[in-house]
Amino acid sequence: MLSVRDLGVAFGMVQPLSGVSFSVGKGETLGIVGESGSGKSLTAMSVMGLLPLSGGRITGGTVEFDGQDLTKLPERAYRKLRGGRIGLITQNPMTSLDPLKKIGPQVDDVAKLHLGLDAAAARARTEEILGTLRIPEPALICDRYPHQMSGGMKQRIVIAMALTADPDVLIADEPTTALDVTVQAQIIRLLDDLVKDRDLALVLITHDMSVVAQTCDKVVVMYAGRAVEHGPVEAIFDHPRHPYTQALIGCIPRGLVEAKRLTGIEGTVPTVVNYPDGCPFHPRCPRAQAVCATEPPAFSVAGDSAAACHFAEVAHAEPA
Amino acid sequence: MILRYTFQRLLMLIPVSFSISVVIFMIVYLLPGDPIDNLLRVGSSAEDRAELVARYGLDRSLFVQYFVWIGNMFRGEFGDAIVLRRPVADLVAQNLPYSLTLGGLAFLFSSTVGMALGTISAIVRQPVLDRLMRGFILLGSTVPGFWLALLLILFFSVNLGWFPVSGAGGWQALVLPVLTIGFGGVALVARVTRVALLDAQREDFVTLLHAKGLSSGTILFRHLMPHALLPVVTILALRIGWILGGAVTVEFVFGRPGLGSLLIRALGQRDYPVVQACLLMLALAVMLGTLIGDVAQAAMDPRIREKKS
Ligand SMILES: Nc1ncnc2c1ncn2[C@@H]1O[C@H](COP(=O)(O)OP(=O)(O)OP(=O)(O)O)[C@@H](O)[C@H]1O
Ligand code: SF4
Ligand SMILES: [Mg+2]
Repeated sequence: MLSVRDLGVAFGMVQPLSGVSFSVGKGETLGIVGESGSGKSLTAMSVMGLLPLSGGRITGGTVEFDGQDLTKLPERAYRKLRGGRIGLITQNPMTSLDPLKKIGPQVDDVAKLHLGLDAAAARARTEEILGTLRIPEPALICDRYPHQMSGGMKQRIVIAMALTADPDVLIADEPTTALDVTVQAQIIRLLDDLVKDRDLALVLITHDMSVVAQTCDKVVVMYAGRAVEHGPVEAIFDHPRHPYTQALIGCIPRGLVEAKRLTGIEGTVPTVVNYPDGCPFHPRCPRAQAVCATEPPAFSVAGDSAAACHFAEVAHAEPA
Repeated sequence: MILRYTFQRLLMLIPVSFSISVVIFMIVYLLPGDPIDNLLRVGSSAEDRAELVARYGLDRSLFVQYFVWIGNMFRGEFGDAIVLRRPVADLVAQNLPYSLTLGGLAFLFSSTVGMALGTISAIVRQPVLDRLMRGFILLGSTVPGFWLALLLILFFSVNLGWFPVSGAGGWQALVLPVLTIGFGGVALVARVTRVALLDAQREDFVTLLHAKGLSSGTILFRHLMPHALLPVVTILALRIGWILGGAVTVEFVFGRPGLGSLLIRALGQRDYPVVQACLLMLALAVMLGTLIGDVAQAAMDPRIREKKS
């Protein structure tokens, strides 16, 4: 359904993202994990065609959706896809709705734009969607303002907006990071059900390896603007071959894991301006050799999964 | 809800108006000079003087004078002008429309042109235009009104002869005064609009608006503008006082009738009742402006409506 190949992104002279590839099909959930600043949101924005908003541009690669390359799509046609066939859910529900407008009209917009409905029909559609998301009393909610609702409820509204036009692909950029733990679980379950019920392709961006283990079919591990390992969830969790992935998974037994506070690995993600040469992970890698500092590693494929590491096989032989 | 809010704000104005009335009343007593002196003919006796003082109640204690005055104000009796020898109410009624026209037009001019310029400079990210805009804003917020007025008169009236140098005849006479008062406002409103729009553009919800598939134009007019309007309304409401203040000097420079001219003339002649009435009208207008601004904000922003009512 959606297939990203060798995606690169630049802001002026800096290149925070390069060589990112993945694909998702209908009824499938792809997880994108990585520490803060690894380029997850940039990937999401690239797929939505919204990089120009922050002054970025796609410098290479393709974003293929339904047989067409979105990187070459004119803005007018892109607008039909956004909110129509590709939905976006963002991180912070507290700030993702217009505080001056009631909920109803904000959701109605989608049905008006993409389903060509008039005001009354759009409202009916809005209430229907809110109902299917198990939001009590949709009509009442439509008449509320965002500040009168809880974060979890707002995130449901955002999900409702993304679903109104019955999209094929849903991109959820850390949809639960800003929410309470119990609400987090609810939202994740909700998304999981949606994938099954509606045959959605879901791209789930998260910090949380345990969420990936629970809900995803495939996973892409990102580090410093690069995909370092990707493959089916079982393969990656059973036999992580990249030292970074191993470290991420090594964090799971410490309870609810947030890769944001990755305690298993010394040091922090480098910022864009000082991405190291060679393997981006080498300053922190327990396995690094001389070659790692000079030669960027190629993907080494094993079955359905691949890891960008000079010593991926070694890593496999003796799991951390 | 908005009605209740308005009512609350009105109630809050009562203590404010009271303190303002005291201040206005006192200001007049701090002014040097004595209006009675202006009324006395050369060679008048001390008895003549005492009689005049008694006629205008100036011999009673300040305290009593204040309550007599405020009581009269409440009954709409502004008394008679001491020097001009006419009912103050007549003088005010005669001059107020001129000031309202001038102030209203200047207000309209600064809000519409200011918002348009601010919006353009926020959405067109063009270095040259941006530089020009900032220069204009800086100029507009630093050049004093009376100086600008003199410059405009020199250029457009004296050199080009397009507009009259002074007076109140026809629309031509309004152009330069409106420009003078409005200029600073245009710059201010443009700046506030620009900053507010740029801020609004950075909000998270804007990303999601784009993600819904809305066009940039729709997002600008339906979502960003209302956000930008909030600070603009605040600043415009405060501006009402400024515009009236500006009218005082500008009316004088352009020789236009109006509350400002009346006030300045009355000040020169130490005509207490007129000065007091003029100041009271100005203060009332400022309070009304603040009230309108607050209510407009509450009408636009549900969060304010809820917090304060
Ligand atoms: N507008 C921008 N200009 C320049 N660099 C940017 C811009 N936006 C993002 N970046 C850089 O791109 C890198 C990746 O950012 P991104 O937001 O995609 O990270 P992320 O993985 O989503 O992190 P988080 O988990 O904190 O959301 C960061 O290092 C950031 O500095
Ligand atoms: S290439 Fe070298 S530095 Fe990079 S992950 Fe593999 S072993 Fe570590
Ligand atoms: Mg992010």
